[in-house]
This record gives sequence, structure tokens and C-alpha cells, in this order.
Amino acid sequence: MNNCEYVSVTTDELAARAQRLLAAGGRFQGLYAWYPSASNAELRYVSTLPGQEKFSGWRVEVNGRPVPSLAAISPLLGWHEREVMEMSGIAFSGHPEPERLVTAFLPRMDRGPLEPAIATGESIAVRLPAPSLPAVSGKHVQLLPFGPVRADVVESAQFIFYYLGEGILHYHPNLFLKHRGMEKQFEGMDVGSATLVAERVTGIDSVAHAIAYAQAIEDAADCEVPARARWIRLVAAELERIYNHLHYLGHLCHTTTLKVGEAQGKLLEERAKQINGRASGSRFLRSLIWPGGVRHDLDLQAVDEGLDILMPQIDQYIGLIERTTSHLDRLISTAPLSQKLAFDQGATGPIERASGVDRDLRRDHPYAAYSALRPHVVVAQEGDAFARMRVRIGELRASVALIEKVIIEGLPDGPLSAACTPGAGVEGLGWSESPRGTILYAIHLDADGRLMRVKIKSPSFANWRVFPSTVHDSNMMDYAINEASFGLTISGCAR
Amino acid sequence: MPLWTWFGLKEGSASTDWPLKGDDDGQQGVLGVPRYEPSKCQSQCDACAVACVTHAISFASPENEAAAPEVDWGRCIVCQRCTEVCPTGAFTESTDWALGVSERFDLKWDEAVNERIARQVVWRRRRAFGRSLHIRHIDAGSCNGCESELQALNNPFYNLHRLGIFFTPSPRFADVLLVTGPVTKAMHGPLLETWEAMPVPRWVIATGTCAVSGGVSGGNYACGNGLDGVVPVDIYLPGCPPNPAALIHALLMIVGRAEQRMRGGRIDR
Repeated sequence: MNNCEYVSVTTDELAARAQRLLAAGGRFQGLYAWYPSASNAELRYVSTLPGQEKFSGWRVEVNGRPVPSLAAISPLLGWHEREVMEMSGIAFSGHPEPERLVTAFLPRMDRGPLEPAIATGESIAVRLPAPSLPAVSGKHVQLLPFGPVRADVVESAQFIFYYLGEGILHYHPNLFLKHRGMEKQFEGMDVGSATLVAERVTGIDSVAHAIAYAQAIEDAADCEVPARARWIRLVAAELERIYNHLHYLGHLCHTTTLKVGEAQGKLLEERAKQINGRASGSRFLRSLIWPGGVRHDLDLQAVDEGLDILMPQIDQYIGLIERTTSHLDRLISTAPLSQKLAFDQGATGPIERASGVDRDLRRDHPYAAYSALRPHVVVAQEGDAFARMRVRIGELRASVALIEKVIIEGLPDGPLSAACTPGAGVEGLGWSESPRGTILYAIHLDADGRLMRVKIKSPSFANWRVFPSTVHDSNMMDYAINEASFGLTISGCAR
Repeated sequence: MPLWTWFGLKEGSASTDWPLKGDDDGQQGVLGVPRYEPSKCQSQCDACAVACVTHAISFASPENEAAAPEVDWGRCIVCQRCTEVCPTGAFTESTDWALGVSERFDLKWDEAVNERIARQVVWRRRRAFGRSLHIRHIDAGSCNGCESELQALNNPFYNLHRLGIFFTPSPRFADVLLVTGPVTKAMHGPLLETWEAMPVPRWVIATGTCAVSGGVSGGNYACGNGLDGVVPVDIYLPGCPPNPAALIHALLMIVGRAEQRMRGGRIDR
């Protein structure tokens, strides 16, 4: 384990330590619980510090007593703590919203899904109430429960609006109807095969999930990935960003009813996916990443030929969007997210960068080949829908530039993978900057070298947490544009 | 606005002529289910079954009795692992994707069916619809991969409208319910309500391996095992995800404009 340095912290020290972490400019990236033995739970707080490439973390023994909640100090931990309560059965004291989140729509169980089967005593997971809506009264206030089956081809979620005329008073998304128990699904799997599950947590972030997972395993096994594989991973990750960002631009045009813009964005997305198919055999670049390296070569010539045609089309498309005032008018000043809110609530990826939080794992905590090929990180300050679009446009260009650099320099020679077999009882941490932001995988192996706990922190879990704060007090007409400008996915959030 | 009008006019049509004419289905290089040749299997070997995370490949009896494993493409997530671990080339990479079938057993390898039954005896089903279709999609717990490919159907390249097939917001107007995901416990109810809201005749397509058999997360504490036993299924279309061409093929099967190509687990080439 080299990717994260853990120190042991007692529950009494937590609050003071959290204050110090924030004062030093640090930020929590995740929180999870695991059971080293059936009777003994341990919490892991994972954080980053400015100027430090490694992650740092705390190990907290639970000892059967409620752990003080840190949600008041670092609000982004609020959802994480709720998830730990309902999934792992560890109580937090003083939590502002002690309600179910991920399991809100599941039938009641005897204990949290991630608690050991032989745990004794009643679990907090059983006692947590279902999420509540605020009491909103007033003669003209209307309630609109929208979904989970909604128009168009979209993921299932229910959005609840309290609104007055056009104005939205309060917004509450129910995002966990498609919770699939993905973390539990990893339990007992061998470290190789589980890559296939990681690829299927979020279909459109397959590469980023697989890379983060594979790096966690490589961290646990202390395995050095050959250069050629690291470069191929970079190309795949950037190809994934290209088709996702093109989809984003097309979908954003859909919400501002710019029909030709929508069609063109989605056509370019299709062409990008076809490049993926020709280069890797999968339109989603699946079946490529494996712990220790990659499973096969990437056809760089197919990428080169494809991008030669696609790049001028992307440039022309972006040029048109940037000159379309009817489109920009709907984005500028729409649903601003302040830098403070973005930081405190845990916004990640293009969303935090559009709100002036200058952070990108590829640059700040380099992995794959990003220490050799530095990405250009795009940041904007305004935090509105327009800034969110501009950041993605900048990233799209930067991704193409990175891949072109690889094509010019050529892939390094050498093997595609190294032996990667972690020992029994080890752990690891891996991360990647997906098109939507930070993905974290923390893995623990059992005595047989099989997975006993896998924690997935996905970017949409973080960004969905932030998103409602930009909806309250906005208006219905802007909602779809605002949602599209965040570029969220529900499968990643619900897992 | 004139900006885009001019651009659109200048660009012209970007749609493929496939499947009406030509063969530009957009899936060049995309790998599908592996090609299976059980005659190449050697005894005492279970490498493929061990590597297969969704148990698409399995041995009903201990491997020393039966040399060749049982194969169910309805469980296949096209991860290509069997093609990597097979020592004899019994599983090899292929670009086969036209997997839509109307009977679940046609996804299971069965030499009696795929060797001996004449291919001509296949399409006897009465067409329930003429030529046009309206589809209601419902996500019952997908990874968003299937949605991404379904959304692609409306992009200018596939341009589903040209085939007279449309997505509709309301189940009341829908002929076909297209379901993705393994059916999570929370989506079970909304799925049934959507199906009940549809007028008859109504068809259901189990879209993607999750909807066909549960996929990677089927049967855990949060998920069912796909659509079997939930709603009656008319077309099973495995794939992870099924590519847009495979989706079009399955949709055209419903209106009798395309024929089923998978029989007894083998694709008709």
C-alpha cells in the first residue's frame, strides 16, 4: 500500500483533526467502513492535502459506540455518513439528516447489506427512518413528483418539486431506485474477474472505473505497470472523455432546443464511439484494462485516422455553439454554484473546476502516463451553466491534444502487463479522473487473496449531492438546462 | 439561428442506409459474443467456465464427464475472457451481434437445434404490427451503457425515425416496452405499472444481458434476475450493451422486417 498513508485516530480526536485538515487546505474525498473481523468495524476517512501526490487517511476503530458526525464541519461527508450507517451499520451521533439514502427504496432487512452475517445486536441500519420531505405549506404551493419513469430515454429517478408558479421552492431527487448493490457484488471475487464488474458500475465511465479499480489492486500488490500499458490507459481514458463530452454538448443543446446543435453533437459522439470500436473492439472501451496492465493493444492507427476526420468537425461544432447567442443566453448566469459551496459539498470534476476549484487528479495525483503527458486543466470562475459548458469544451480540446501527443511520440515498446497478484489480507487505494470527476476505489483482500470489501466513490454521488443547491429558488424553465449542464449519471450515484 | 440552418443544409444527410441498403451498420471492429466450437474442447479443462463471471459458460456435470461446456449467450457480457483463457481455440473472438431471439432457449447452445433444424422453418409468428412502432423505454437498473446505445438510435447516423420507429413518452401510446437492467427491487413496481398502462397488443424487449438474465449484479440483495417472471418477454436481446445495430435488428424483428438469426445458440451467418 503506497497510494495512501493512514494514521490511527480515535473517535474523540476526529472533530479537532477535521478542523485542522480543512485549515491546511485539505479535503475529504471519501469515507467507508469495513470489518477486519466480524465483531470489529473500522472507519476509513480518505483525504487529499494540497501539494501532496499521495492521499492521506485516518483509521478509526469503532468499538460499538456512535462516532461523532463530521457533517457539520465538512458537509460533503453527510451522504457518506448516511451510507455507512445504513450499509455497514455504524451509528453516527449528531448527524443532521439521520435517514436512509442508498437503501431508501429497499425492503427492510435484518442488518445493513455490508454488515457481517454473524453480527450480533440490533443494527442502526434497521432503525433509520426513510428520507423525509420538508413540510411545505401555503395555498398556492404545488407538489410535482416527476418520475421514476420519465419521458425520453433516460435513467430512472424521481424528482420532487415544490413550486409556486414558475419558481421552485424546494427540490428533492430520489436517486437510489436503481441501487444495484455493486459494492457487495465484489465480495468473494478474484481480483482479475472483478475488473469486469468495475467496468459495469457506470457504463459510460467504464475505463475510468476500471483504471481506478486496477490501480487499487496494483497498489495492494505493489506492482509496477509497464510503460506501454500506462500509455494505452491514458489514450483510452481520454477517448472516453471525448465521447462523453460530445454527448454532453449535444444533450445541452437539446435542453435549449437547439435542434441542429443537438443532432451534430450526438453525431460526433457516435463517430467517437465508432473510433473506440475500431480501436479497441468495444464502443465503450471495455475489456481493455486489467490489474497489472492492459489485456490487449489499442489500434492507435484507427484512433489517428478517426481523430484526423473528427477533430476539424469538433472545432467547427464548438465554433458554432460559441457563436449561438440563443443557446448562450440560456446558459449564462443560469444556476450558479459558488466556489465555497462546490468545495464544501464535494463537487468534483468539471463541476468544481467551473466554480473555480482548481483540482484535477491527472495533474495533482498523476497515474497512468499523466506524469509524462501533463493534461491542460481548464478552470472557470463563474460557476454557472455556461462555465460548466466552457470547462468541458476546454477539456475536450485538451483530450484530443493529449492523444495527438501520444500518436506523435508513439507508444513505448515493452510488455502489455506485469504479474499482479496481491497477497492475502492486503489493501489498496486507486483513483482516476473520469469525465465526471474523481473516482476512488478502496479494496481489502481476505486471507485467501479474494476481495472482501470494495468501496466505490463515484463522481456522480458527489455531484448529485451538490446539484439540488443550485435548483432551490431557481425556476422550472431552467431545470432541464441546469441538470444537463451538470452532466450527471444516476447509475454511478446509486451503484 | 441562420448559422445552424446553413450548417444543416450544407452538411446534408449523415444517416446510414443500413439496413435497407448496404452494410454500413456502424459496428466495424466491435466484438460481439465469441464463436463457439465445442469439437475443439479437451477433457479435464474448465478454464472458460472458471473465467466466466456471469456463468454463461458452465458444466452441468463434473468436467471429466462432459468435455464441452454448456453455453448460454443470454448470460454473456461479451467480456472476451473465454477467448483469452481457452487453450484450444474453442472460443474465438467474433463480431456477431444480431442476438435478438423470441424464445429464451434459442440463446442456449444446442447442437440438435442449430445443426439439424432447417433454417427456413423459422418465421411463423403472426405479425402483430404493420411497419411502424412506438417504443417506451424503461430503465430498471442499468449501468447507463444500454441507455447510451438507445440514445444513439436517435442520432443522425442511425436515425431511427427513417425506419418508422419512434420513442414515445407515454406508455399509453407505446407498442413496445424496452426494458434495461436486472430489475432492481425499487423499479419492480414502476415497471409493472408501466407495462399495465400499455394498450394491447404490447410487446416487451428484454434489452441487454441484465434484463435477459440479471447480468453482473443479478440476484443480489438489491436486484432481480432480469425480466423472466416479471413481465412476459417477446424478444430477448443480450449484449453488454447491445450495440445500436443489434437494437435495430431486434426492433425490426417485431414488425417482421428482420429475421431471427440466432438458433440453438448459434448465429446464422
